[in-house]
Amino acid sequence: MTGQPRGWTVVCPLTRLDPGRGVAALVDGVQVALFRTAADLFAIDNRDPVTDAYVLSRGIVGSRGGAPTVASPLHKQTYDLRTGDCLDLPGVAVRWHEVRCRAGLVEVRLRKEA
Amino acid sequence: MRKGRLVVIGNGMVGQRFVDALRARDSDDRWRVTVLGEEPQPAYDRVRLSALFDGVGAAELNLHTPDPRVRLRLGAAVTAIDRTRRVVTTTADEHPYDALVLATGSYPFVPPIDGIGLPGVFTYRTLDDLAAIRAHARGRRRGAVIGGGLLGLEAANALRLLGLATSVVEFAPRLMPVQVDTAGGALLRRYVEELGVACRLGVATSALHPGPDGVVAQLELADGGRVDADLVVVAAGIRPRDELARAAGLPLGSRGGVLVDRAGRTADERIWAVGECAAVDGTCHGLVAPGYAMAETVADRLVGGAATVPDADTATKLKLLGVDVASFGDAHGTTPGCLDVTFTDPATRVYAKLVLSDDAQTLLGGVLVGDADAYPTLRASVGQALPAAPLALLAPAGAGTGVAALPGSTQVCSCNAVTRADLDAAIAGGAADVPALKAGTRAGTSCGSCVPMLRQLLDAAGVGQPRGLCEHFEVSRQELFDLIRVRGIRTFSSLIAEHGRGDGCDICKPVVASILASLGTGHLLDGEQASLQDTNDHFLANLQRDGSYSVVPRIPGGEITPEKLIVLGEVARDFALYTKITGAQRIDLLGARVEQLPQIWRRLVNAGFESGHAYGKALRTVKSCVGSTWCRYGVQDSVGLAIVLELRYRGLRAPHKIKAAVSGCARECAEARGKDFGIIATDAGWNLYLGGNGGFRPRHADLFATDLTTEALVRLVDRFLMYYIRTADRLQRTAAWIEAMDGGLEHLSAVIVDDSLGLCAELDAAMARHVGSYSDEWRDVLEDPARLSRFTSFVNAPEVPDPSIRFTEERGQRVPAGTRETENRQPVGLGTPRVRR
Repeated sequence: MTGQPRGWTVVCPLTRLDPGRGVAALVDGVQVALFRTAADLFAIDNRDPVTDAYVLSRGIVGSRGGAPTVASPLHKQTYDLRTGDCLDLPGVAVRWHEVRCRAGLVEVRLRKEA
Repeated sequence: MRKGRLVVIGNGMVGQRFVDALRARDSDDRWRVTVLGEEPQPAYDRVRLSALFDGVGAAELNLHTPDPRVRLRLGAAVTAIDRTRRVVTTTADEHPYDALVLATGSYPFVPPIDGIGLPGVFTYRTLDDLAAIRAHARGRRRGAVIGGGLLGLEAANALRLLGLATSVVEFAPRLMPVQVDTAGGALLRRYVEELGVACRLGVATSALHPGPDGVVAQLELADGGRVDADLVVVAAGIRPRDELARAAGLPLGSRGGVLVDRAGRTADERIWAVGECAAVDGTCHGLVAPGYAMAETVADRLVGGAATVPDADTATKLKLLGVDVASFGDAHGTTPGCLDVTFTDPATRVYAKLVLSDDAQTLLGGVLVGDADAYPTLRASVGQALPAAPLALLAPAGAGTGVAALPGSTQVCSCNAVTRADLDAAIAGGAADVPALKAGTRAGTSCGSCVPMLRQLLDAAGVGQPRGLCEHFEVSRQELFDLIRVRGIRTFSSLIAEHGRGDGCDICKPVVASILASLGTGHLLDGEQASLQDTNDHFLANLQRDGSYSVVPRIPGGEITPEKLIVLGEVARDFALYTKITGAQRIDLLGARVEQLPQIWRRLVNAGFESGHAYGKALRTVKSCVGSTWCRYGVQDSVGLAIVLELRYRGLRAPHKIKAAVSGCARECAEARGKDFGIIATDAGWNLYLGGNGGFRPRHADLFATDLTTEALVRLVDRFLMYYIRTADRLQRTAAWIEAMDGGLEHLSAVIVDDSLGLCAELDAAMARHVGSYSDEWRDVLEDPARLSRFTSFVNAPEVPDPSIRFTEERGQRVPAGTRETENRQPVGLGTPRVRR
């Protein structure tokens, strides 16, 4: 698979996502945490790099400064939903993925490792 | 000395304030007070009446605190005053007086329009009015309000909240014509119309027409227009209740109202008048602040003082339909030669006007629409030199609007006439936070609009303030609780829009979720509330290190039948759950995946189990020893009491978890003194201990009350818990809460035993509401497909279990087989302990 450009995967209708909450999705075998905020959609890896548990989709969504965030439900480290960067631990980050809404359906495209 | 007989006619807001003020001043006990109230309820907060439609209970509006020195007669309509015999007559009896205070208030003006008497037409003034409106609104679709003033817009919002499509008809060419000017009114109209309230301005209502059922169906307007409405509220102003005074021959103001001088005295030296029925120098005021000022003045006079009624403060600030509107001083610029400074921002939709003296040096008044943050400072500056340049004063979030710049004589709290100097003195005297300032000076205890200034004054004095909750809210959990409770706010989005900033976070969202749950606003997982929950509350289970969850059913008092124990075993076996007995006398089932939770709980609920709230900041368990039923030492039935308490407080959301225990004798096998509330049996009843905990910093609970009956015990615990829920900080256990309390356990005792704050009735009512509305969260989930739909592994592959949750076996049970296994799970060494030298 590596090196192949991956395509967009339809995940669910937009209406299935509650504003201010995340869900987990399985995209090409990868666990993705998908979030809907008041104005936007975001996708990052579901895996919490600090604990190795696949739980980020179950964190509380919010903001820090102007950045949209999710806090890990295990030990509350906060991640910038746009970049995947951990705002509490320097050097820690999760992958972010592309996400869009077309015709009422949410689609995700995995980004290759940086 | 013989006591004077003081009769007060009217038990509204001002009548009650008068009695409170008199009692506070009458230290020689020279007056024996009788209050005659016409309504069936004692005084309530009429200003906040509309909160009833936002989920606030009538009990929360109560302003009356029982006082053994005051006789209160309710439902007592006064029919006459005999000034010669000095006797007040009611429909039932007579009351002689040495002094008489009229606090009869106002009645709603109902214009003489054809059809105004039809069924379905209401006024908007009393609890009974609102009950009638609510009853009539059921099943109706359209409402109309005649009158677009302050009360009319309140009523329009109420109809909206009742689900009616609502129109407002106002004779003046703008909304709130008394308070705002043309430009402010235009902006207000835009806000109001965006909320779906139709405005018909500059037109009179000429008739009301019934439908086939005889109930009102349509308004006919003077311009020929028609508005369909099957419920109509008339809010066309108020008129003073001066009929008793008129019949008794007392002089009235030219536009009605009992004429009084600046002492509050009528033409009869034994008769006084306060509030909306009184015309001070001929003018009546329909606002509560001038009424309170009159109440204080007359109370002072009756104990020999020489107070006079100050010029009426007609300043108004309110949030109507979510829009900030404020008006103060000479808002319409009627002072000769005055200058206007106006500021309009169409982007943020803010309008502000300041009225200045002809030399532009002195602030005379102003109007604010859309953003009223500058209101407290501006109102306090009326009549004084401008504290900053006009534009700086009006700039959003008011840089330069600091109260610290104001002179000491400035009235900061005009409801209670508290000046900046009074507050500075209180701070110098040791008041270290807003609650202490409120308690010491009464500032901020009525409308609350000056509270931000209290905080500024504390800051200016360098008094350490408890930090706000997080970057999104500058207020503490307690203040948030009050905001939500008092303003009747029911969603996080409206709360953060009105009182915070940004989108929230993992600190403030669960706090608000907990407050909403404490106030009983429906199931955790419904609507927007679901998004606020921590993952434990969101899945009603406890998240474990590997992403699986644990299940803890309630086992009240630790008592369980063999049949139920077998069910737990069968469920654990069938779902291969790790099983462990917890320290709280119940059984933890670990290793469940999200999508298994409903299946597990369906089995448990069918067997009669319910949620144990192990996942919530809530009551966990009430642990017990076996008690007098079996134990040869036991003196009381500790198991029975533990079960009663656990069932009473189950599901009660709090700032932190709450643990409890009951021991059947002084041997204390239930370890009750390590709990938030612990009970130890005595020969005569129960001893109650408060404020213990285990954990990181163990602390024994302190003895609070001895030899209580079960009934008295339950009442104290009710109040203790409700007071804790209302006033503790986030994640503050009861021990830390009591320690942080000014006066500690003694203060707590004053509040919940002696009712020093007059809160007990409210706390009791709040607990009664909790007990009455409890329902098992898990059963409620199982019965609702929408709630159940949250329990899926993957939104696009619900049939695939989370592959990252894997197990290995240890001592005959499944345990997580994570990547950490190798590094963390090392064998337990069984060697010789080394002694450190």
